[in-house]
Amino acid sequence: MTTDETALLPADRFRRHRASILAGVAVAAAALLPLALSNYQLSLAIQILIYAVLAMSIDILAGFAGRVSLGHGAIFGVATYVVIYADVHAGISPYLAFLLGILAATAVAAIFAVLAIRTSGVYFLLLTLALGMIVWGICLRWTAVTGGENGLRGDVRPAILASHATFFWIVLAFAAMLAFAMYRFVASPFGLTLRGIRDSEQRMRSLGYDVSLHLFVGFTVSGFFAGVAGALYAFFNNFVSPTTVSLSQSVEGLLMSIVGGVGTLFGAFVGAAAVIYLENIVSLYTERWPTILGVAFIVIMIFAPEGILGKLQALQRNRSK
Amino acid sequence: MNAFQLLNGITFAALLFVVASGFTLIFGLLRIVNLAHGALYLFGGYIGFTVAAKTGYFALGGVAATASVAAIGLALDEGLLRFVRGYELRQVLLTLGVAFVLDDQALVLWGGDSFTVPIPEALRGGVQYFGIFYPKYRLFVLLVGILVFVGLWLLIHHTRLGALIRAGVDDPEMLEASGINLRRVFLATFLLGSALAGLGGLMGGAFLALYPSADAEILVFSLAIVIIGGRGSLVGAAVGSLFVGLLNTFGQVLFPELAYFVIFGPMAVLLAFRPLGLFGTQEPT
Repeated sequence: MTTDETALLPADRFRRHRASILAGVAVAAAALLPLALSNYQLSLAIQILIYAVLAMSIDILAGFAGRVSLGHGAIFGVATYVVIYADVHAGISPYLAFLLGILAATAVAAIFAVLAIRTSGVYFLLLTLALGMIVWGICLRWTAVTGGENGLRGDVRPAILASHATFFWIVLAFAAMLAFAMYRFVASPFGLTLRGIRDSEQRMRSLGYDVSLHLFVGFTVSGFFAGVAGALYAFFNNFVSPTTVSLSQSVEGLLMSIVGGVGTLFGAFVGAAAVIYLENIVSLYTERWPTILGVAFIVIMIFAPEGILGKLQALQRNRSK
Repeated sequence: MNAFQLLNGITFAALLFVVASGFTLIFGLLRIVNLAHGALYLFGGYIGFTVAAKTGYFALGGVAATASVAAIGLALDEGLLRFVRGYELRQVLLTLGVAFVLDDQALVLWGGDSFTVPIPEALRGGVQYFGIFYPKYRLFVLLVGILVFVGLWLLIHHTRLGALIRAGVDDPEMLEASGINLRRVFLATFLLGSALAGLGGLMGGAFLALYPSADAEILVFSLAIVIIGGRGSLVGAAVGSLFVGLLNTFGQVLFPELAYFVIFGPMAVLLAFRPLGLFGTQEPT
């Protein structure tokens, strides 16, 4: 699953320059979308941006630390739950609730991290899966706080952001900033250390790096980003139920990052667009989205585990040789 | 806490053991983490329910559940997993995809209502021992759990197949070089593990009820058991099942809404000291 030599983090300055221009153009083009899209299409675009942030947060671990997490959907959903609960039931202002949500998600991520960093490979995946399911179980059963299966509903989005276009721009600004922050994170010496750990834990340990501490910080930071995505989702959806913290949430996030290419980070935008677009087309014709999601997973695992973007890059590399 | 609740915990543990032993067998010996195991449990339960309710024979339901789930396991292993052999993560994620498909198809076939498998006449009612009146069926589940444990123990330690399985785990190349068809050994294990999930589904379906998210719950319990007990270890699965079964039952009594959370504590403590579980061993390298 790990892709080593991706086009990300180009060493030569020219390419870096080109990449930042490209990113600027992409953001500017995206900012014009509200002029062209209907409200429905705009809400799809908002979802794509939010989920891309979630997928990127998963990719930080999967692509750069070599740890595939199935608990990020739960971390994401904790932020959503806390934002809505704090605003509706505790009467806290939405902005403060937003921060509280992110804080709660980061705290949950830190707890997950303490347990999960001791494991790697399949064990890491199983443990994060189990931890995420525990969060799901609590949200489902702790009816007094979470509303059980009915979930929580509340108009949490501040009035200034009520229009679709304004909210889209805010989410876009968030997504752009977060993507940049994550890029800087994985490109930093810290991120390089994570990659070293991915490639050989033993070697990094002998070099004197504190592997556990790096993984802990990496996981917590990744959880923080997932939490921001979840808090934005609370503003977008104004509703949260156990589905938001369920395994399928983690699975969709992971699928997006795989489709975009594990270790490409920004591929998450492509992955999120593909999965959400597919989900919407499929739900026009059938209610069997989970089946389609499952089949998509099976097919990708068999034919293109490096993701669609990764596959294209591999083809390009072959051509340029 | 009283003896009745203790028995509840132990009988629940017996059910968990039947399901988790199949999971740990496949995980430990084939290195395949079958996340569709919960879905297989649910399918076994639904099929067993349908057959038992239609024919009126509980035993027939059991046969149908184990046979059909073993058949699904065969299709899964030979039809899909063969393409990703040797890639641990791809295998896991593929079985996750299969779990989604199976769950969704179960929803299509049986709908969202919850079902309870009819218990045969002979196992209805309760028995009275030492002043405790306890349902017969739950004691039957306990008996099946013990029988499965003994059966698997004998199979792995005292039969040719068991010896082949153990040898295959330690040194697959050497085993193949001595003329053994390793694939067939592993396939047999996969079928056995799947069949146990199906059997568990039928038994659990008679006292826990079957509903669309039951598979996820049983999967989490199985994961917790394997994480606690260590993969591939029968004794570990038994100890882990007792742990999880008792904790879950006590948790439900003491903190009804947070019962799920109670299995989390010991898992956390355990992992801090033994990342591979109580009876887990380092991968042979």
